Amino acid sequence: MRSLQATFYRNRWLFSRRIVQCLIIAAFAIELPAGGYFAQGNLSSSVWFGIGLTDPYIWLQSLFAGAPLGKAALIGVVIVAGFYLLLGGRIYCSWVCPINLVTDLSYWLRQKLNIKSNYTLSKNLRVAILVLSLLLSLLSGTLAWETINPITLFQRELMWGSVAGATVLASIFLFDIFVTRRGWCSHICPVGAFYSELGRVGRLRIKATQAGACHGCAECIKVCPEPHVLAPVVSKKAAYVTHGDCTRCGACLDQCSTGALAMSLSFKKPSAFKGIPVVSSD
Amino acid sequence: MVDKTSVAAEIAEPERRKVFRKMFRQLGAATVITMFGKAVLDSSPARAASVLRPPGALPEPEFNAACIRCGLCVEACPYDILHLASWSDPAPTGTPYFVGRTDPCRMCPDIPCARACPTGALSPLLTDIKKADMGVAVLVGHETCLNYKGLTCSICVRVCPIIGEAISLKPIKNERGVLQIPTVDSSKCTGCGTCEKHCVLSEAAIRVLPRELGLGVEGAQSVGRW
Ligand code: SF4
Ligand code: SF4
Ligand code: SF4
Ligand code: SF4
Ligand code: SF4
Repeated sequence: MRSLQATFYRNRWLFSRRIVQCLIIAAFAIELPAGGYFAQGNLSSSVWFGIGLTDPYIWLQSLFAGAPLGKAALIGVVIVAGFYLLLGGRIYCSWVCPINLVTDLSYWLRQKLNIKSNYTLSKNLRVAILVLSLLLSLLSGTLAWETINPITLFQRELMWGSVAGATVLASIFLFDIFVTRRGWCSHICPVGAFYSELGRVGRLRIKATQAGACHGCAECIKVCPEPHVLAPVVSKKAAYVTHGDCTRCGACLDQCSTGALAMSLSFKKPSAFKGIPVVSSD
Repeated sequence: MVDKTSVAAEIAEPERRKVFRKMFRQLGAATVITMFGKAVLDSSPARAASVLRPPGALPEPEFNAACIRCGLCVEACPYDILHLASWSDPAPTGTPYFVGRTDPCRMCPDIPCARACPTGALSPLLTDIKKADMGVAVLVGHETCLNYKGLTCSICVRVCPIIGEAISLKPIKNERGVLQIPTVDSSKCTGCGTCEKHCVLSEAAIRVLPRELGLGVEGAQSVGRW
């Protein structure tokens, strides 16, 4: 019993995340007894209890392709973009995106099978793909990334019963296991790159609580999907993870045994960094 | 005394050249990828519509840009006739379409599909379903249509939701006598697909096609040849 509790505690963020991700998939996929779904549409644009939400990146492609502005979509974009702008863009990656389930599984397997081979890709690649997708939308008048986007493909194809989606998922899965560590999400996906840019100043952040608490074991860095974001905190050069790449997955919080890290929401104006606060225990 | 600046220049020169070479290589790669990507996108099926779109759809190029592939129209349709195109379908991935022969549009007076569309890809300005322009019916089987053989099948005429306006029987005379020919008024036909659905032949003699395919487009070619 004790150990079960401990296991749960050591994975509290992971479990919460999985629950949210699965609930979102279920809201779209499981038909209610009264007919209809909790959420209509898909992650491009959906309606939840009468409120429309629209993905800002897909909308941006549409805009570049030369579409007129639809009112409902515009309101949906403002709501979604506002949320991620305020809290942190890549919350989408860890808590909403269904592909994250696949790539996390890949990573877990990679660790279990102890696969070391890693084809190094630049982190700028995804930004290049992001720019390219907008450029191609402009040139071709269609939504360039949407012709291959595995996120919406997952919803369209798998949920509505076809194998084309499964093939794409399998390639991402295998790519992440055998080719590049965290290959898809950290190097290729322009959706992640977009949300990273959007949520640069997001105020839900990982925070270093007490100077003494962190031994510098760097266990958090080992589990972080975007390890570079934690480096300034562990080396005590910053009190917050401020990099837009942080997905707010909480893996670092689950891993840290000393409680040196916390998830914190603060809308206060960021003061100049004066070192990590020392809390004396009298 | 060694001239420091010239030494520095000598060291700096290959460095700079390397940077330039890298820049050019990246630019080259970007150009090639852009051209390739554009070719792939342009070759994707149905740059001109080859499928029937839900009522109120903007002209194909605009529709293609405006539709964000969300499927809200698909879920709004009470008769479940709409589908989002998958890779193998003859329409850009993720865009909604229907196949008249399998499941025609029932022309709901309140047009729930267009009301559900968040982007205006299905125009909110369409309020009268009879003004919808999903396509147009064309009697293509002049040798197979039973009415052309002198029988009075006329199923396509009888099932039309705007019977008498969009499609009606027009008599023509030939050596076999008077034939009653199903004749479509292209300005009234909405392209709902009902007539095609009900044609009794194993492959329909009347087809509902996107307007450009069904009627052709005027003025695209110069008249005559040199
Ligand atoms: S990087 Fe892309 S695929 Fe990965 S979780 Fe984020 S949005 Fe999803
Ligand atoms: S810093 Fe923590 S919350 Fe952010 S991505 Fe890394 S492990 Fe996840
Ligand atoms: S008009 Fe009615 S039947 Fe036709 S596509 Fe729209 S919702 Fe479906
Ligand atoms: S509701 Fe509109 S934007 Fe969504 S799939 Fe249908 S036509 Fe496209
Ligand atoms: S497609 Fe056929 S059934 Fe529908 S309006 Fe036109 S003629 Fe009538």
